[in-house]
Amino acid sequence: MTSTMSGSRLAQAYWSETRYESLRMLRTPAFAGPFLALPVCLYLLFGVVLFGDALSKDPNGALFMFMGFAVFGVMGPGMFGFGVSIAVERDQGLLRLKRALPMPPAAPLLAKMLMAMLFVAIVMITMIAAAPAGHLRISAGHLLSLTVVNILGAAPFCALGLFIGTWASGKSAPAFVNLLYLPMIYLSGFLIPLPKSMQWVERLSPAYHLHQLALAAIGSPSQGAPLVHALILTGLTLVMTALAVRRLARVG
Amino acid sequence: MAGVSKRFGKVVALDGVDLEVERGELLALLGPNGAGKTTSISLMLGLQRPDVGSVRLFGESPERIETRRMIGVMMQEAALASELRVCEQIDLITRYYPDPLTPEAVMEMTGTTALARRPYGKLSPGQKRQVQFGIAICGRPKLLFLDEPTVGLDIQSREMVWETLRELVNDGASIVLTTHYLEEAEALADRVVVLSQGRKIAAGTVSDMRSLVVRKRVRCRTALRLEQVKLWPDVQSASSDHTGLQITTTNAENVVRRLLDADEDLQDLEVERAGLAEAFTELTAEVAAR
Repeated sequence: MTSTMSGSRLAQAYWSETRYESLRMLRTPAFAGPFLALPVCLYLLFGVVLFGDALSKDPNGALFMFMGFAVFGVMGPGMFGFGVSIAVERDQGLLRLKRALPMPPAAPLLAKMLMAMLFVAIVMITMIAAAPAGHLRISAGHLLSLTVVNILGAAPFCALGLFIGTWASGKSAPAFVNLLYLPMIYLSGFLIPLPKSMQWVERLSPAYHLHQLALAAIGSPSQGAPLVHALILTGLTLVMTALAVRRLARVG
Repeated sequence: MAGVSKRFGKVVALDGVDLEVERGELLALLGPNGAGKTTSISLMLGLQRPDVGSVRLFGESPERIETRRMIGVMMQEAALASELRVCEQIDLITRYYPDPLTPEAVMEMTGTTALARRPYGKLSPGQKRQVQFGIAICGRPKLLFLDEPTVGLDIQSREMVWETLRELVNDGASIVLTTHYLEEAEALADRVVVLSQGRKIAAGTVSDMRSLVVRKRVRCRTALRLEQVKLWPDVQSASSDHTGLQITTTNAENVVRRLLDADEDLQDLEVERAGLAEAFTELTAEVAAR
């Protein structure tokens, strides 16, 4: 005796999981506040208030500033949205309960990834709205390409967060995510260019590869082939997700 | 579950346990802490695999999602998302099932309609249990696993849960219930299985369980002194309060005869068989002493 479900009913399960996951996160000020507001606030602070005059005469500098904070905005929702929330849900037994219930197995991971991408889309809209004040000169088509690349670019950060979330406890997960997140901000070269002797460090970071891919998407000079960056990010996403899913299946 | 053993490191959680639930039956799983109740439920839900033996739900692996669409679960330790409202929480879980109840119907059945718009995190522990019970029944399950479903509930809510469970069983659903409230098992269970130290030590109806225990309780109002009665042969224990004297004995006939001989004015004499609580205590104490 088994019970089957129609395709449309299954799609509803995925949709509901995504909808409620996004609602949950939007209703959590400690998550939504920093990750939605911080990138544009920092962009306005550095790109308008502090260095606005200088950037008005330096289109490349204005572009570097905008692209840097846009990539910064991509990293947080995935890493923290997965890393901390998966760890907390494991601690609280919610994932275990949903595994016992007939939740479609990929639903919570897909829901969290789409939630992170929704957050990135909101970040991009706020950044684009603030861009004229930061003296950014870029076509609408390029902005659209950049937004698409950045939304998809949330995936490797989701996978990294997921990997941490399946190993760390709810209490230790924020510390472990920060251990990766904070060095990545400063050592990926997208906000602060590193000296030539240290540039090899940048290549270890997925944020560097996303930054280069984003530059290529708007037709700006970038380092390395876009296909290589895309393959590295895809590979990282697949490997981290596979390791995490394997662990989730064993430990819940 | 057939011949199931499960070990965690050096600890044997289950040791060759057989367990079967019939259609339309409420099975109460009893046992002291660490007896193997939660491990049994985890194995039946497919959350863990047995080291030895097999677990089947409706003849299929519990790990298959098609099988799990026929079950409902209420776990003791699971916390639901605190930011979601009660109606959203129930709506989400109904989406996992092919033919669920509507969230409105679930809330009405579980007495949570007034809480529909309240965030789950702002509910009292008892209200949270009511919502969790709603989640367990929302998919019209054919088999329901309930881990301590009435802990923290007020009397009215507990009655509601009991009533709903009786209706589900009448409609043909099977239920596996673990509980620390023996009166709950006594009131609801068709069959009781007692686990202790990972082994099944007794199984049968509530009255089968009681009959396993030879002790009886004798109550009366008497002028006899408690210290004097305690010294009588066949008296295992005795106590007194404002309602009178209570004696636990393995030979009620002898004790009653002696009481009537010793006190001509004795009143309100009652003899009753041990309840499930006494049976449970005696059975598990025997295993612990081995």
